[in-house]
Amino acid sequence: MRVGKRIKFLAGAVLLTAGMTALLPGSGTSVSAAGGEKVTLRIANWEEYIDEGGWSEEEVIELEDRNGTVIFGENSMIDDFEAWYRDTYGVEVEVEYSTFGSNEDLYNQLTLGNEFDLVCPSEYMFMKLIAEDSLQPLSDAFFDEETEENYYIRGVSDYIRNIFDTNTINNEPWSRYAAGYMWGTTGIVYNPEEISREEASHWALLADPKYKGQVTIKDNVRDSYFAALGILNEEELLKPEVMEAPDRLERITERMNRTDEETVAAAEAILKQMKENAYSFESDSGKADMVTGKVLANYQWSGDAVYTLDQAEIDDYYLSYAVPEECTNVWFDGWVMLKDGIGGSESKQHAAEAFINFMSRPDNVVRNMYYIGYTSVISGGGSDIIYAYADWCYGAEEDAEDTIEYPVGFFFSGDNSDEEYIITAEADQSERQLFAQYPPQDVLERAVVMQYFDQENNQRINQMWVNVRCFDITSLTWQDWAKIAAAAVIVLTAAVLFLKRDKIRNIRYSA
Amino acid sequence: MKILRFSRKQLCIPYALFLICFVVLPLAVIVYYAFTDGSGKFTWANLLSFFTNGNTIGTLCYSLLVAVVVTAVCLVIAYPVAYVLARSGLRKGPVLLMMFIMPMWINFTLRLTALKEILTIIEGNLSHHPFLNTVIAMTYDYLPFMILPLYTTLLQLDESLLEAAGDLGAGPSAVFFRITLPLSMPGIVSGITMTFLPAMTNYVILDMIYNSTYIMGSLIGSYFNIYDWNNGSMISLILFAVICIISFITDRGDQNDAENRGAAL
Repeated sequence: MRVGKRIKFLAGAVLLTAGMTALLPGSGTSVSAAGGEKVTLRIANWEEYIDEGGWSEEEVIELEDRNGTVIFGENSMIDDFEAWYRDTYGVEVEVEYSTFGSNEDLYNQLTLGNEFDLVCPSEYMFMKLIAEDSLQPLSDAFFDEETEENYYIRGVSDYIRNIFDTNTINNEPWSRYAAGYMWGTTGIVYNPEEISREEASHWALLADPKYKGQVTIKDNVRDSYFAALGILNEEELLKPEVMEAPDRLERITERMNRTDEETVAAAEAILKQMKENAYSFESDSGKADMVTGKVLANYQWSGDAVYTLDQAEIDDYYLSYAVPEECTNVWFDGWVMLKDGIGGSESKQHAAEAFINFMSRPDNVVRNMYYIGYTSVISGGGSDIIYAYADWCYGAEEDAEDTIEYPVGFFFSGDNSDEEYIITAEADQSERQLFAQYPPQDVLERAVVMQYFDQENNQRINQMWVNVRCFDITSLTWQDWAKIAAAAVIVLTAAVLFLKRDKIRNIRYSA
Repeated sequence: MKILRFSRKQLCIPYALFLICFVVLPLAVIVYYAFTDGSGKFTWANLLSFFTNGNTIGTLCYSLLVAVVVTAVCLVIAYPVAYVLARSGLRKGPVLLMMFIMPMWINFTLRLTALKEILTIIEGNLSHHPFLNTVIAMTYDYLPFMILPLYTTLLQLDESLLEAAGDLGAGPSAVFFRITLPLSMPGIVSGITMTFLPAMTNYVILDMIYNSTYIMGSLIGSYFNIYDWNNGSMISLILFAVICIISFITDRGDQNDAENRGAAL
């Protein structure tokens, strides 16, 4: 989840104060009043990215899984975790929970010193943290599927697990350090009455002069760069020999992760065109502008797309979500432990890993997904609660007429034809929330992981971004300069005449 | 028992502490970062890269343009208002003044959101006139900061000077340009200072009103976002220098005017 600049700024201020106070007292394990050992766990997560409890009676979710599970968020997840940890392991844990507004804010916060034990950045940020060797590896015990409480490893979707195992930094897989939390794709929310699905299924829509001033794009360099590369590589990526290649995903991934000078320069040209064409760059206003109909299309993350579609639906306004045919960026937010924070303390690491597992317990996954609206990386493992929740959200009414069979087996069991995981949904859901939340197999086959930019590439790409966003004075022609000079002369003459009016008058009188 | 006594100098201690902690120290840190590279070695590179890049210079010019236009528009709108409120002997003057100041009591994000909706109704699509929208939004936001100092100076204007000028044969326009305007220079100067700097840097307004071109504030932010403290600090420092120069010029203008007035009397 990525939130806007304004919120980011406020959160930064709050975090800074929180950080300053956190610097003062020693943290870690201490002895509680009761005499037992007490573990303090400092967690930083995105804003509004965990269930805070306090559900009203109407919000009870009665699932139709095997056991007829009832989901109800009474207390905040943090309180529930503290109680659960005490009951399960007999150890008191105290969670100090803070939030951040952007990956960059979190990173800046981490450079200030030992602030947190467990944080939840996006994939590119934990890649950076792995590369900088600031993370504590997850313990072997965390990966033991025999242990009842290891909800994460028992429940994580094979699709996600595979990505976390095969993506490496310095030859170490992500999964050594990171456990997923939420994930999604990037795509385009659009108004189907004005824009065809075919148009919305190409990145080129974002730079299409036909929709000048009608689309918004993301105000961050990574997402915008990705979209620009999508436009740049459109022809290549849609070639039949690429589309049908057995190593299609590898090929797309390679192309979409290029950061050489030539590619960056070409992306810069496209981004300038996008800037001219767009309604705005946005960090969080895009959702509202889409819902209120100010724009027709909005470059969006799948999680926020679901939110946008839901909000619009309240006003009987029906929007759709499409993922470009060329490729999409599959993103993750994941839990990682900080080496400095854990400081070699086994009890602390145990509590941190238990927290990840508690978040991955199917009923808690449902609570978080209900509150946040994003998609968890957990598919349930032995439990069918999460599938039942997907069915609860999107399954059509018994008497609904226009329905489709929507397979989600790819995510839930690794086999898309698995008959256990087919949701009978209303027909339009294949282009709407269900599509956004559980993308079909063909979308995931073109879902690219975007690598983090190392120092050098980061500099280059940021410079490119600055060039896109800034007014380039060298772009002025000599005619422009002539106009500016003429205006300056006029203004200066007028000013001098006004200031020296007395003298001028005196001259006149004396003459 | 000894009675605690403070000398006047000691009364300044709290403020001095505040100044050191929150102004001098951060400034020192900024200067340090501005003239070092990533590894902490002294370098001029950050300064050079600012002045050799058309985009950064362009941003400086664009910010100056925005600030100049906003300040000018504010002045043109605010002066007559302040003049009427202060000079025309309205009994309801202070109440009316409050009407102008009142928008400041409402959170500015909220006000801008409302303004955005109004502009959308008028223009249809905000993205067609980003510069105009920026000027409108900033004028809307900073107008009270221009009205207040003008109102205060104009209120203190000595009526007898105006009468004397009239008695000596000056017409209304001469009275205004030769007496009222020069005497209200301090108000104009402080109004300009209070509008100009924020207009150069407040990128939140640009973000909210969908002007996707960077001004100085957003440029600095973009460098801090990629942990490039050095270039970010250098740009902050350059902005600081620009503001110093501008304050210096306006102050000089003010003094010159005072001298001229002295000479005229």
